[in-house]
Amino acid sequence: MKYVDEFRDPKAAQALLKAIEGKVADLGATQENPVHIMEICGGHTHAIFRHGLDKLTPPGLEFIHGPGCPVCVLPMSRVDECIEIAERPEVIFTTFGDAMRVPGTKKSLIQAKADGADIRMVYSPLDALELARRNPDRKVVFFGLGFETTTPSTALAIQQASCEGLKNFSVFCNHITVPPPIKVLLDDPHMVLDGFVGPGHVSMVIGTKPYEFIPRDYGKPIVVAGFEPLDLLQSVLMVLVQLSEGRAEVENQYARIVPDEGNPVSIAAIEDVYEPRPTFEWRGLGEIDASGLRIRSKYRAFDAEEVFDIGYGAARRVVEEPEGCACGEVMTGRIKPMECPQFGKGCTPEMPLGALMVSSEGACAAYWQYGGARQGVD
Amino acid sequence: MCLGIPGQIVEISDHETNLALADVSGVRRKVNVTCVAGEGLDALVGKWVLIHVGFAMAIIDEAEAKKTMDTLNALGEAQEEFEAMFESDRAMEGRT
Repeated sequence: MKYVDEFRDPKAAQALLKAIEGKVADLGATQENPVHIMEICGGHTHAIFRHGLDKLTPPGLEFIHGPGCPVCVLPMSRVDECIEIAERPEVIFTTFGDAMRVPGTKKSLIQAKADGADIRMVYSPLDALELARRNPDRKVVFFGLGFETTTPSTALAIQQASCEGLKNFSVFCNHITVPPPIKVLLDDPHMVLDGFVGPGHVSMVIGTKPYEFIPRDYGKPIVVAGFEPLDLLQSVLMVLVQLSEGRAEVENQYARIVPDEGNPVSIAAIEDVYEPRPTFEWRGLGEIDASGLRIRSKYRAFDAEEVFDIGYGAARRVVEEPEGCACGEVMTGRIKPMECPQFGKGCTPEMPLGALMVSSEGACAAYWQYGGARQGVD
Repeated sequence: MCLGIPGQIVEISDHETNLALADVSGVRRKVNVTCVAGEGLDALVGKWVLIHVGFAMAIIDEAEAKKTMDTLNALGEAQEEFEAMFESDRAMEGRT
């Protein structure tokens, strides 16, 4: 119990852990036949490992790490397309730092930058807008990446660019949405999932209603959770209580941040600027219907796919995953990171082969950083 | 990227483009406040907000701001956010 002392309120943590243990026992779950709870968000995956929640909770409870890390599910072909845009001499390519080391088929953005492309890491799409204002003779492209948490920021940046009549700003849109891949996982006969810990900040934007299909159509509970260790423990307990009472509902543990209706201004901005693509490719999961967003035609002047003629689908190439990379199987919870033949050998955070090792929100990087590595390699 | 960082709104710097100056653990940063401006821009001064990639996405109270900052520090994410801000400042000047 060495981690518990570090919690804000160790007594509360102990009480929650005891209650979790009791509910796991009530459900008859054991190490051999555990109850499977998926935390969808990569931020939660990171927090679970950082605070050792996987070790503090009883062996009859198993966390399955979900697909909620945007750089981890980014297809290699899209990284290639980023580089294709970035290597044009007239372009300043701007991106969040997280995306810099994601491997493409030939290289990553960080390698392309070393090779001379003008690629700049920015904190915010606002900074990319400012770069466009300051460099009217260059084309400034922002790499729009992430789930519903970051989608409003690029939508508002495009609206602002449109208002100002900026002629040299565009977004390479790779925004994705959380609910569709959950449906894919629930439809997968190989997946054994008993309930979900739902993402906190995605839900702050979209609210809790988009998850209603999970209890309604699949009979599984989901609890939207905060990021503190106590939030996570309480949310796990809420899932277990639902299971033990035979209930399946959407519950909101993070109501202090997440209104059930979400953030209406953000939702309106997203709907004004973006529309769903028919399908979008997820690394490890394949094509998923209506899971990605594209820029509506009224904003086509700010759509990098239009500006540089890189249409999703048209210029898309089929890309094989690197040999031995099992990111797809880890992503769908079929294997644990250390069961991948490349884990800690051909794939480390310094030299990632697969995207799950790149981001601190990726399951492989979390295992590596917080001691899971020892179980697999040493 | 998905955790965000808490900050306190110090002043509204541009009413037309909904920009405000926020104090994020002593670092002053321009943030867009469109998504939290329901009660008018000026009502935001002094409020704590949760900032995601330069956009205030939720109004929070001071206790929540402190708890969130502690969580970010434990995860090493606070440092990452500040590094991203400083890197961005260099990128704006073309010094990368």
